[in-house]
Amino acid sequence: MIRSDVLRDIAPILSDQLVVCNIGLPSQELHMIDDQPSTFYMLGTMGLSSSIGLGVALAQNKKVISIDGDGSVLTNFGTLPTIANNVADNYILLIIDNGSYGSTGDQPTYAGKKTSLTAVAKACGCENVIECQAEDTAETLRQAIEGDKMTIIVSKCESGNIKVPVITMDPVVIRARFMKEIEDRNA
Amino acid sequence: MRGFIPFAACTRVGQAQPTNPDEGGSPVSVDDKIVSDLVANKVEFVTTVPCKQLAGVIEKVDTSPDIHHVPSNKEDEGIGLCAGAFMGGKRSAIIMQNTAIGVTINTLATLTQFYRLPLPMIISYRGELGEPVACQVEMAVHTKALLAQLHIPTYHFHKEEDVAELDAILKYTYMCNKPVAVLTDATFWKGY
Repeated sequence: MIRSDVLRDIAPILSDQLVVCNIGLPSQELHMIDDQPSTFYMLGTMGLSSSIGLGVALAQNKKVISIDGDGSVLTNFGTLPTIANNVADNYILLIIDNGSYGSTGDQPTYAGKKTSLTAVAKACGCENVIECQAEDTAETLRQAIEGDKMTIIVSKCESGNIKVPVITMDPVVIRARFMKEIEDRNA
Repeated sequence: MRGFIPFAACTRVGQAQPTNPDEGGSPVSVDDKIVSDLVANKVEFVTTVPCKQLAGVIEKVDTSPDIHHVPSNKEDEGIGLCAGAFMGGKRSAIIMQNTAIGVTINTLATLTQFYRLPLPMIISYRGELGEPVACQVEMAVHTKALLAQLHIPTYHFHKEEDVAELDAILKYTYMCNKPVAVLTDATFWKGY
């Protein structure tokens, strides 16, 4: 399974959750598979999906799922200690780890070589870190949502991309509808 | 050592504690004034990356019962946290050093500005008069130019009484939905 297969598998689970989705192909794929106003699509700023999602989770009570990639976590490594030390039990970080920088041409990342993001997250102090195979991502995510504990999921999948259109929605529209969803759900 | 401003010069000092009552007219510390202005403007989420000049205000932020303080490892990470907290319903701010302007340009442009998110940035302006570390000057000479290039409204607190404008600056930030920089130099902080 490649990342878009994983996203297709978990889309029904994500559809009624607050989601922050990583820059580039992950956002474009999720947008194409199942566009929801409760998803914040990142149009830029590689690396910050986990930080933005944690910020949302710390500011309100509803569950938040950050979808990130191995390359993006490597870009913003400082995020893992911050997550570990600011526990939000309504926060799930799903790292789709295909061992490559998919959006830029599948260059290999160090996470696909010697570096284990699962081990790094644990070493940073994250208490609930689950590594799963791509096929088990949906079930792992479902359990994490039910578990009411901050969870880091590292989903190991294959490298590869599908053709997807770019997102042309205005960023202010993305933000406005995301904030309205948050407001409505916390009302 | 922190500076003091007289009560009379403040627009809002009700929540600040007088720290030196013997010094004519109940002065309040600059640190207290900054935190009380943040609280009065409903800034409930603050992320910080430390600087020696900011140590006092960071401590006040950390102990304020009205502010959720999340220390960041890097300033762009902090701006991401602020973006999320704001969208989650809490006004957010970042406290950091001017050397970080370099590492936050992409985040300021593609996240804060592109999505039109308000962000007060309280920044220690290292490398100005009184600076003992030569290397700090190397970023100081670029600081205002970079902020200007980014079209970020920028205010420079040089004298102690300049802090009186912070309340208006915070209101301005949430009026225009932009990142707004407040540079606070060594003269403002009364040295190191």
